[in-house]
Amino acid sequence: MKIKVKVNGAWREDEVEPRLLLVHYLRDVAGLTGTHIGCETSICGACTVLVNGEAVKSCTLFAVQADGAEILTIEGLAPDGQLHPLQQGFWEEHGLQCGFCTPGMILASYQLLKRNPHPSPEEIRQGLEGNLCRCTGYQHIVKAVEWAAARMSS
Amino acid sequence: MQAFEYARPKTAQEAVALLASEWGKSELLAGGSDLLSRMKDDVSAPQRIVSLSGVHELRGIAASARGLRLGALVTLDELETHPAVREHYAGIAQAVEQVGGPQIRNVGTVGGNLCQRPRCWYYRNGFGLLATYKGRPLVPDGDNRYHAIFGNEGPAYFVSPSSLAPILIALGASLRLLGPDGPRDLPVEQFFVTPKSEAEREHAIKPNEVITEVLVPPANGTKSGFYEILQKESLDWPLAMAAVALQMEGRRVEKARVVLGQVAPVPWPSAEAEEALKGKMVSEEVAEEAGRAAASKATPLSKNKYKVQLARVAVKRAVLLAAGLVKKGEV
Repeated sequence: MKIKVKVNGAWREDEVEPRLLLVHYLRDVAGLTGTHIGCETSICGACTVLVNGEAVKSCTLFAVQADGAEILTIEGLAPDGQLHPLQQGFWEEHGLQCGFCTPGMILASYQLLKRNPHPSPEEIRQGLEGNLCRCTGYQHIVKAVEWAAARMSS
Repeated sequence: MQAFEYARPKTAQEAVALLASEWGKSELLAGGSDLLSRMKDDVSAPQRIVSLSGVHELRGIAASARGLRLGALVTLDELETHPAVREHYAGIAQAVEQVGGPQIRNVGTVGGNLCQRPRCWYYRNGFGLLATYKGRPLVPDGDNRYHAIFGNEGPAYFVSPSSLAPILIALGASLRLLGPDGPRDLPVEQFFVTPKSEAEREHAIKPNEVITEVLVPPANGTKSGFYEILQKESLDWPLAMAAVALQMEGRRVEKARVVLGQVAPVPWPSAEAEEALKGKMVSEEVAEEAGRAAASKATPLSKNKYKVQLARVAVKRAVLLAAGLVKKGEV
């Protein structure tokens, strides 16, 4: 089945099987391996991408469901090599250790800051409840998002 | 996951025509959170998936003097953030704001929340809705910590998983279904049934019917509240929940509706709790009494007595929230 999607600003058309998951499409067909596969059961959030501006778990969506949609993956946040404030925040505040959850964390944070540019630490934790991290204990992630929020509003 | 044919109808009528007249052959796809999980585990293996994403008539929230009309494809996120829902139907907003996480609420829909299949781990591992092995029920002597504490005389022991159903029932909402013979309306309460055999479903929907909308009567000052108890606050399945709708004269309850969730194969209205509230001035003691009444007839299984206490507390806190005696986060 033919689908047409705009991935990180560029339209592409591909022939896919209906059962192909969006995360596998992004990684194996589009070659964008920044989106990670963690649990593949919509729990961990590592596969989070934005579809038409909304954060979704791409392991629990068929690629055909995204037909016609605009998709933003972690690669699309720094198109010309200039880090996005969220990426910079995770760097500055040590919001990662192994980095496996980071692309999903950053894209979930992206939606959070779009909806609420000045979140409290509690609101950041609620906004990231769909993303698991097994290294940081979350404290540094909350600080990274606060750093980005401050940078983006300055 | 097994291969399937993917159909994208443009109207609800077309969707109905694409559905098979027997269970298992075809499945409706809205957000897909539950369906994809079942398909990955081979619990469901439809030959055809009918995607509703192009059926625009199923979208949209309309709030008017006639009440609230929710298209079946309204997402939980849209519902949670809608001003009229937050103002007049606080219990609905409270019920959806803890479903899954933000990513799940972005895709999860009203229709899908009502139609999701039970979380029972026997069912999810291929032992069928009634969880049997060689004709023997597995739940009574098995790991039944998450199973029913009401309505569990068998053969069904699973719990109804919908977070929206209890509050919709408490508010007197109904569903509109479209099938080959046209539309029909059904109170949400009657949509949930306890299956008596493996051939039956827990929903009073036919294999070739589609939920098109949910209709909630005008609030007219009805105060509603919802409280659920989870093992951990983030992204977890609730262990017990309670939805309460109160018609009040000042602080005195004229009429109460109390419906529990996650405690029985269907959303569980509690006539005992409703009776305990009727005519009373709401206070912490009265709310406590309603909780005690709600839990009084529970029949827990071998490993889920703790859920009786959770149900009791959920009712108490939902009453206090509905009456406005506490705010969310204070209970």
